[in-house]
Amino acid sequence: MSDTGSPLWEVFVRARRGLSHHHVGSLHAPDAELALRNARDVYTRRQEGVSIWVVPAAAITASSPDEKDSFFDPAGDKPYRHPTFYHLPDGIQM
Amino acid sequence: MIAYILGLADDALILAQRLGEWVSRAPELEEDIALANIGLDLLGQARGLYSYAGAVEGAGRAEDDFAYLREEREFRNCLLVEQPNGDFADTIARQVLFSAYQFELYQALAAGADAGLAAVAAKAVKEVAYHVDHAAGWAIRLGDGTDESHTRMQRGLDRIWPFTAELFDPVPAAPVDPAGLRPNWATTIDLVLAQATLTRPDVPAHPGGGRDGRHTEHFGYLLAELQYLHRVHPGATW
Repeated sequence: MSDTGSPLWEVFVRARRGLSHHHVGSLHAPDAELALRNARDVYTRRQEGVSIWVVPAAAITASSPDEKDSFFDPAGDKPYRHPTFYHLPDGIQM
Repeated sequence: MIAYILGLADDALILAQRLGEWVSRAPELEEDIALANIGLDLLGQARGLYSYAGAVEGAGRAEDDFAYLREEREFRNCLLVEQPNGDFADTIARQVLFSAYQFELYQALAAGADAGLAAVAAKAVKEVAYHVDHAAGWAIRLGDGTDESHTRMQRGLDRIWPFTAELFDPVPAAPVDPAGLRPNWATTIDLVLAQATLTRPDVPAHPGGGRDGRHTEHFGYLLAELQYLHRVHPGATW
């Protein structure tokens, strides 16, 4: 196997009707059509899905690990943002 | 009739073996898996067809007996499927030419009178539709790609084309007339060639003979690798 320099694609698979597409991994392909076909072969050979999305990895804007402190840490000490302070009336089925 | 079923089964088995040779050697990991998948589809078809041949024959032979314990002259596959992988373009040329033929063949068999063949063909035709799609996709990308990929794709096509004539030769007791499959096959292939900016080769046909057990010099080596394990360890399982 040699590195042919095909672009990277992120693959999302929907397991069943009614569920949302979930990220399952990535792969290389020269264009979108082949990325879809490769995704079919790599990620749905064991009946994992009924629908596939492929997205150019380059089109994804990701948060940077360097920004972890300012992005995520401030939420750490704000437990009141979770709906855990409500008293549920008796008889509510969870 | 047995000979006809074995011909179908041998086509599938031998091409599966050839595609298996690509594992770990394809241009990309993704293509590795794709070619192996196609090979495994074909292997599954071969198993169904061998079982059916054994049942029709009624002599107690099972799929392993057909695959592992026949000699070169007893194999009835067409010469096209035993041709070496060559470069990736050769493999794609072989695949698109064969899969387009197999698609027409299985469609006809699925609608045919023989219930056993119809059952195998009806299941396999969906798989083969994908094989056509995959191989045609690559033929178009390579043909309509760079100068280098175009040259190689055309060369692969020129190499494999002479072996397509045998696919449409008459076969005794065939429930489907092979020659009747040619017009639709030609339409499919011409469409791919046009999109791929490739030229339909104008080369003389290679003499047939595969259906009578007369194979090309590559076949003995393929069979040796295919049958080695079973012949050294008869009945081995894991």
